Amino acid sequence: MEKLLEVKNLEVSFFTYGGEVHAVRGVSFDLNRGESVAIVGESGCGKSVTAQAIMRLIPSPPGVIKSGSIVFDGREITALTDRQMEKIRGAEMGMIFQDPMTSLNPTMTVERQISEGLIKHQGLSAREARSRALEMLSLAGIPRPEERMSQFPHQFSGGMRQRVMIAIALACSPKLLIADEPTTALDVTIQAQIIDLMKDLQSKLNTSIILITHDLGVVAGLANRVVVMYAGQVVESGSAERLFANPQHPYTWGLLRAVPRMDRDIREELHNIPGTPPDLFAPPPGCPFAPRCGYAMKICHRERPEVTSLGDGHQVSCWLQHPLAPATLSPVNGGAINGGK
Amino acid sequence: MAGNEIILDVQSLKKYFHIRKGAILKAVDDVSFQIKKGEVYGLVGESGCGKSTTGRTIIRLYEATGGKVVFEGQDVHRLNPREMKTFNRKMQMIFQDPYASLNPRMTVGDIIGEAIDIHDLARGRQRMERIYELLRTVGLNAEHANRFPHEFSGGQRQRIGVARALAVDPSFLIADEPISALDVSIQAQVVNLLRRLQRERGLTYLFIAHDLSMVKYLSDRVGVMYLGKLMEEAPSGELYRNPAHPYTRALLSAIPIPDPQVEKTRHRIMLQGEVPSPVNPSPGCRFRSRCPVAQKSCADQEPKLREIAPGHRVACQVV
Repeated sequence: MEKLLEVKNLEVSFFTYGGEVHAVRGVSFDLNRGESVAIVGESGCGKSVTAQAIMRLIPSPPGVIKSGSIVFDGREITALTDRQMEKIRGAEMGMIFQDPMTSLNPTMTVERQISEGLIKHQGLSAREARSRALEMLSLAGIPRPEERMSQFPHQFSGGMRQRVMIAIALACSPKLLIADEPTTALDVTIQAQIIDLMKDLQSKLNTSIILITHDLGVVAGLANRVVVMYAGQVVESGSAERLFANPQHPYTWGLLRAVPRMDRDIREELHNIPGTPPDLFAPPPGCPFAPRCGYAMKICHRERPEVTSLGDGHQVSCWLQHPLAPATLSPVNGGAINGGK
Repeated sequence: MAGNEIILDVQSLKKYFHIRKGAILKAVDDVSFQIKKGEVYGLVGESGCGKSTTGRTIIRLYEATGGKVVFEGQDVHRLNPREMKTFNRKMQMIFQDPYASLNPRMTVGDIIGEAIDIHDLARGRQRMERIYELLRTVGLNAEHANRFPHEFSGGQRQRIGVARALAVDPSFLIADEPISALDVSIQAQVVNLLRRLQRERGLTYLFIAHDLSMVKYLSDRVGVMYLGKLMEEAPSGELYRNPAHPYTRALLSAIPIPDPQVEKTRHRIMLQGEVPSPVNPSPGCRFRSRCPVAQKSCADQEPKLREIAPGHRVACQVV
């Protein structure tokens, strides 16, 4: 498959009064055309900052892309001028945000907000843009689009606003759609509708998707591949099937075991991950998860683990994979970790 | 766990808000349920279904428009101020937003101590001892008493909220979305804490949440609300195995399960449209505008809750 996006050793910091916040610390992953990858992690793990860096939307100051490369469709994003980036953003990359209330312009009709990009990027006439906007709204599942088009965002409900956001983001047929917690603010029945819509549009338009979320259920329903982030680093990545069936990193185990599953009857205590994530003003030298990890060894606190490839694109950064590490069984499926030794 | 003694009896509870002339928002409309001593009762539903208003009316943060809340044999909404003070010791609440629900100008010790002072439960050294003890109970330590809320993470703040609620040694706790503002790994910590406290102190909970997986895990019985009405009520396992109401079925099928294999083969009941406005609702079943099995007669009459299996009540005339 052809690569659309390649992120390598991305580092992003924010320089604040309190010092330098190392938000993203050497993140690498890639995305093929037509594929959807989910970036999963808890608040402050750097998942949204990674997405913003790809869009070049890091507020600067205080934010700086310190090093690393982002190659999108053959171009190095980090080296582009703002003017060049403007041509890509909206045209080749679309973005939808968590809160559809604050990300739409309350003073513009929905029609104008969709047409804006079409006129700017694709040079459509006002009339052409209007008919394309109409098409996008009905594609996004908004009933009576002719009538709704001339309305303002406040006249739409939360779910409908998110549909409008999707219509705007996909109007110029971007190659990449970045969805940052697209369903977090929505109720479950509406969430199911939006996920369904995103899947449907992805197969119709062959858009690649980066889905940013903390909800593993949403990931399982939508993503082909998963990247798990913790404290600014990727701790594990792989296909959704492999990652859910045979996770290798203790943090991934923790995430999967911390949520009760509705299709199972469990009565024992939920697995909890003790403590809180590390301070990113002074990130620990070793594995960032070590202080909260039940399997941590001496080496984990001192040195960052290498990336181990387990085949099929499944990668994990954990000292348990080292040949000298003690034999460990996965608490998720009972499988042996580093079985190769 | 739960005995047979009914500790809370909510009878035809109504809470209406007059939002502008002629417009009445019926947030809670004729809701009845009972909670047994030592039980965890989960109240679920989507935003605007009235579950939080129900909780707030039970503890009398709102005055009821109609109906009764009988707690330990007393009608809560008829208590005089002196009786209210006694009631406040027995029933306490934990709020959703751990950032907004703690006074930023007070130290953690004073936040927890305020209730001890109001009810004059302890003074001086004893008071501090009690505060330290509460902090330890919720997994914090005594040194935290002199700090301010902003020095704590979301999960720790929620623990402070729990300590404050426990300060008066209540028997009944209303937890209104206590974990929805927290990260997954922290949610598990708070839920485990709530469960441990319930076991150790024999507490009774009304657990209000929209996260049905968590409600299933934590509750003995669950009530499902939609637009101010209780649609279905059943023991937790029974509700998830045999949901009867079309709304409950759709709600359960919409919850994503963290397993791609399961997700691939799952049948999802897609509800059309969104929750209609609770302002001046039309007569008949409130769910009928989105209901996949609605019939003409659903518009005529509001369905009453009826028992279809032991302890399993449903308000739908079709199923």
